[in-house]
Amino acid sequence: MAQGRLLGVLTIDRAIVDAILAHARRDHPDEACGVVAGPVGSDTPVRHIPMQNAARSMTFYEFDSMEYLKVWREMDDRDEEAVVIYHSHTATEAYPSRSDASIAGWPEAHYLLVSTRDPAVEEIRSFRIVDGAVTEEPVRIVDATVDPHAVQTYMFGQSPATVDYECSGR
Amino acid sequence: MAIEVRIPTILRSYTGGAKVVEGSGDTLSDLLSDLDARHSGLRGRLVTEEGGLHRFVNVYVNDEDVRFLGALDTKLSDGDTVTILPAVAGGAFGFAAAAAMLGNPL
Repeated sequence: MAQGRLLGVLTIDRAIVDAILAHARRDHPDEACGVVAGPVGSDTPVRHIPMQNAARSMTFYEFDSMEYLKVWREMDDRDEEAVVIYHSHTATEAYPSRSDASIAGWPEAHYLLVSTRDPAVEEIRSFRIVDGAVTEEPVRIVDATVDPHAVQTYMFGQSPATVDYECSGR
Repeated sequence: MAIEVRIPTILRSYTGGAKVVEGSGDTLSDLLSDLDARHSGLRGRLVTEEGGLHRFVNVYVNDEDVRFLGALDTKLSDGDTVTILPAVAGGAFGFAAAAAMLGNPL
């Protein structure tokens, strides 16, 4: 495996994170899902596309087959790819389940998980999932509307109880 | 009879990196056998040992999901486009089908 490429970081705009969290809270207690598209090869998520959970379940999600085809074709036409694929867990931590890991079919995507179990807490974590193997990566949230250089790094450790906030100070 | 087949990144190891390949066949099953002759192993990622389509793979002929057209028996015509997308699915606990397919992930 190309571990060097996989041990990355997800850099994502605050406004997109807020939109994903709002989608997840709106669909709670069902799981929510969607993608954030970006230019091919850019590793930059720019276009948030909330999608339907065809399973409409509190414990399972699945892209609607026809919406999936439509969204992927649209990305193709725009020279975009799915930089981020996200879904929510509504009663458990934001960590890929066994089924998440075994089904994951886009090794180049950042799998973003949010948990809505606590309405007062923002729980966001990002992973690469390749051949069923899960590797966590830090999430770097950029507030582009204020100052592109004022960057906060949210580094989530492997232990769900440990959350380190780092300010780059740049 | 040429049918264009769009391959997702996760399966391009079978097609030498090609995003689009061509094949032929009167049905989806025939097409996958034809492709497997040149891209060995590809069919096995899409079809179970029992001979059905994997639960967590989406296959489309033009704009239709083959699950609504007859699955592997779906009829194909010259000029059709077949698109393969790995299902995007999962969830907090999964379900029996997820456990059942753990040995055969797409």
